[in-house]
Amino acid sequence: MTNATIIGLTVRNGLGARRTVVLVILPVILIGLAITVRALVGVDQDATIGVMVGLGLTVVLPLVALIAGTSVLAAEVDDGSIVYLLAKPISRHTIVVSKYVVALTATILFTTLPIMLAGAIMTGELRGAIGYAAGALLGAFAYSAIFLLLSAVTRHAVAAGLLYVLIWEGLLGGLLTGVRWLSVGAWSTSLADSIVTDDILTKPVSPAYAIIATLVVTVGAVWLAGDRLRSFRLTGEE
Amino acid sequence: MSEIVLDQVSRWYSNVVAVNDVSMTIGPGVTGLLGPNGAGKSTLIAMMSGFLAPSSGTVTLDGIPVWRHEQLYRQIGLVPEREAAYDNLTGGQFVVANAELHALADPIAAAMTAIATVEMQPAQDRKISTYSKGMKQRIKMASALVHDPAVLLLDEPFNGMDPRQRLHLIELLRRMGNEGRTVMFSSHILEEVEQVASHIEVMVAGRHAASGDFGAIRRLMTDRPNRYLIRTDDDRRLASQLIGDASCRGVIMRSDDGLDVEVVDFGRFAVVLPQLAHSAEIRLLEVKPTDESLESVFAYLVSA
Repeated sequence: MTNATIIGLTVRNGLGARRTVVLVILPVILIGLAITVRALVGVDQDATIGVMVGLGLTVVLPLVALIAGTSVLAAEVDDGSIVYLLAKPISRHTIVVSKYVVALTATILFTTLPIMLAGAIMTGELRGAIGYAAGALLGAFAYSAIFLLLSAVTRHAVAAGLLYVLIWEGLLGGLLTGVRWLSVGAWSTSLADSIVTDDILTKPVSPAYAIIATLVVTVGAVWLAGDRLRSFRLTGEE
Repeated sequence: MSEIVLDQVSRWYSNVVAVNDVSMTIGPGVTGLLGPNGAGKSTLIAMMSGFLAPSSGTVTLDGIPVWRHEQLYRQIGLVPEREAAYDNLTGGQFVVANAELHALADPIAAAMTAIATVEMQPAQDRKISTYSKGMKQRIKMASALVHDPAVLLLDEPFNGMDPRQRLHLIELLRRMGNEGRTVMFSSHILEEVEQVASHIEVMVAGRHAASGDFGAIRRLMTDRPNRYLIRTDDDRRLASQLIGDASCRGVIMRSDDGLDVEVVDFGRFAVVLPQLAHSAEIRLLEVKPTDESLESVFAYLVSA
């Protein structure tokens, strides 16, 4: 299902030096804030939720996934060099899955690990670290797939991804409780909450629903991206 | 031996028609796709290489529709017009990667052969970002040749090349054609097409305007009856002069002003018309071709 050459090209080309800097900045801010808050207020449930959910799962996770998910495909679509991958007798799904592996790996590396570290700092417990890491991991799967699909569908993938994160996940997710059934942020928060706290009332959706929904979205988005690539149009200069 | 067949192919973008009811067959040898900018050449090549679906009609390679059929890329080599390649790779790495993507048995040997074919060995260890336009064109060509394709499609390959690079590419394309490959390249410059192509397809404003070898195209431009509007200070007298000459087949006097003249021998007509007018002391006010498509093709050939 994957192709080593495509993975190699994607790592070299998509995750260049400049993008990696952006990928690093957000996790560094998160860990810095965790250290500061822990030093100032100690272990505090509200502060932990503020940092881990408010910043970690709802800002750092989707934004890092957005950069990783779009840079593995959108840049090549944009400058037209994707043609060299597509003019080959390779299944489009293989191309997309290879790119998804790179995006997912980068997202896990730059979100799940730092969020785990920040969780450990904020809660001082292994359970906290694992809980937030699990939520972040779940989100990484879904977000990477969604942003990869956006790159295959539109040439304005970054803008579209930002709008999705800000409006759907951020604004509407806060205003309309029904959105939780279709919100990656709500799913990852729910899974994290279910591990971190014993209070069942705080979870927007059940962890089982969150995992199944993530699975469906991930497989669906990656498959759709591959199908979309089969119909890739090369628009000429004229 | 591979054959690309376009059967009544049209392509439109919302309400703009880029390619209008084109049927053609591209066989082995070098075919030049000639036409001014905006004639639909790139759209046509995109459809032949499976990167655009025809809005109507079919594009097939040896009987198989090209669109959404990625296995056909075993037989197709495409050199796109856009320059972007993987700029931070070296030329050698880029061609090897292309060979690997084709799942060739020995990608490195295949890449070295292709690089040798385009004579890029001296620069193969330099990054593509340091290449000149002509070198980029050649490394793109090597990437398209790496799997020894039966069909080679090139979109404006001569753009940005200096005369020496141009000669080199001309020679390379001729060789590809002589080897029995089906080679098609687009160009808006007649001279380029004339030097390489054994067969020419002319596109004008999305339509397939003409087809044949260079001699046939030129004859088509000159021998086909075409129409002119002529206005003079004495239409009736010129009409009688013209109908007496073998270059014209018919003259109609317009109800307002002017003559509609049908010309069968353009070369002769161009010489005779001013002579007739001069000897009869008729002043020519306007001479204008009225056959639109022909005018554009003709004007194009003359200006090239």
